[in-house]
Amino acid sequence: MSVPGSVVVAGASAAGLSTAEALRRQGFDGRITLIGEEEHPPYDRPPLSKEILSGSWPDERVWLRDDAALAGLELDLRLGVRAETVDTGAKVVRLSDESAVSYDELVIATGVRPRRLPGTADVPGVHTLRTLADATALRAALAGSPRLVIVGAGFLGAEVASVARQAGAEVTLVSDIEAPLSDVLGPELGELLIGVHKEHGVEVVTGTRVEEVLVSGGRAHGVRLAGGRVIEADAVLVSIGSVPNVEWLAGTGIEVGNGVRCDQYCQAGPGVWAAGDVASWHHPGLGERIRIEHRTNAAEQGMAVARNILAGENRAPFAPVPYIWSDQYDLKIQIYGLPRGADTFAVTEGALADRRLVGLYGKDTKVRAAVGINMVRPVRAARALVATPTAWEAATAVKEGVTP
Amino acid sequence: MHITIDEDKCCAAGQCVLAAPEVFDQRDDDGIVVLLDADPPESQYAAVRDAAAVCPAAAIAVRE
Repeated sequence: MSVPGSVVVAGASAAGLSTAEALRRQGFDGRITLIGEEEHPPYDRPPLSKEILSGSWPDERVWLRDDAALAGLELDLRLGVRAETVDTGAKVVRLSDESAVSYDELVIATGVRPRRLPGTADVPGVHTLRTLADATALRAALAGSPRLVIVGAGFLGAEVASVARQAGAEVTLVSDIEAPLSDVLGPELGELLIGVHKEHGVEVVTGTRVEEVLVSGGRAHGVRLAGGRVIEADAVLVSIGSVPNVEWLAGTGIEVGNGVRCDQYCQAGPGVWAAGDVASWHHPGLGERIRIEHRTNAAEQGMAVARNILAGENRAPFAPVPYIWSDQYDLKIQIYGLPRGADTFAVTEGALADRRLVGLYGKDTKVRAAVGINMVRPVRAARALVATPTAWEAATAVKEGVTP
Repeated sequence: MHITIDEDKCCAAGQCVLAAPEVFDQRDDDGIVVLLDADPPESQYAAVRDAAAVCPAAAIAVRE
């Protein structure tokens, strides 16, 4: 394969920018068209539910690169337009401003959007949190100690609960599962975190579906739960997961399912690649098809795609150790690997009671993931046990006297 | 090459330490990045560029 003349990257968030930067870093001097639906320059999303929501940062701090750095990439940067469809035969992407752009290689980095409760899309008082505009709208809604109902208790809902409580809001966190966060962290840590939220004054309602968002006078004023309980609220945040932005690829021949279906090289077809939240790929180390909606993966996968685009026959499988973090109150939660699917868990340093620990997740007698709570350096040391899946007994036997 | 870091942005992921352990470290208590060498030797350039690229908080700026 020869070096491409042009690369079109659909999606100008972390994965798209990372792809473009890595192409340039490796000396690619052809045209790179970076297409972003939002008007903003590429920006970072993890702070939206943390520093931006709390107001501790000015909004501009989320820009991933300053003007000079962005200009230095010499991109064909198209902001405020959306990729509408692609002709994979002619190798042309059509945009929402009715322009068209040709490519030798296409990188799909269109991300995900929040899943919504039916019928709530444009109802004032109902929030989702994905964009900077979402974050500033929710921040405004948190002024004046309002009552906030959060529907869905994943990391996003939990982070918002944390910020909202600290901003003085009255917070109810509603989850349809019995043990929120235990699907991602296991029952021990899920319970620990929910306990922390309760201590901070969050009302946590578990195992209960929200039947309806209550609207009167064109504005949401609460939710009705299964069983009939009504929770009055000034604002409702819906944080029940995300949906990959793949509809624009319908009829293009690019295979989509839960995201863009790629092989182990992050390639979805001839001249088509995907990176970031939207990309589902076969992880050769885990032996599973996965899709990761987290910031670190976006950057790493963008870099991998750039390398593989330029590598020709020497392309390499993308087999990262996934890294995820979440900040809630004074807890920093860091995870290497994928705890989901583990069959065992053990604390190897620190203690649950201290809320300061390193824990390992095991599956089939090997370490599958490591988690740290407020133990930053030790959990980084434990990453090695995940990178090369270590025998469970050996990994959990050395816990005494370890100096990370 | 000259490196600057933004401690306020740092999210303590430690990805920079994994990429370039001779240039970056983390504080013990909160994991915030510690810059060991703001003007690293050429042998470190590639690792430092990777570290800056993979930082999930865009907290590392590299000037060349």
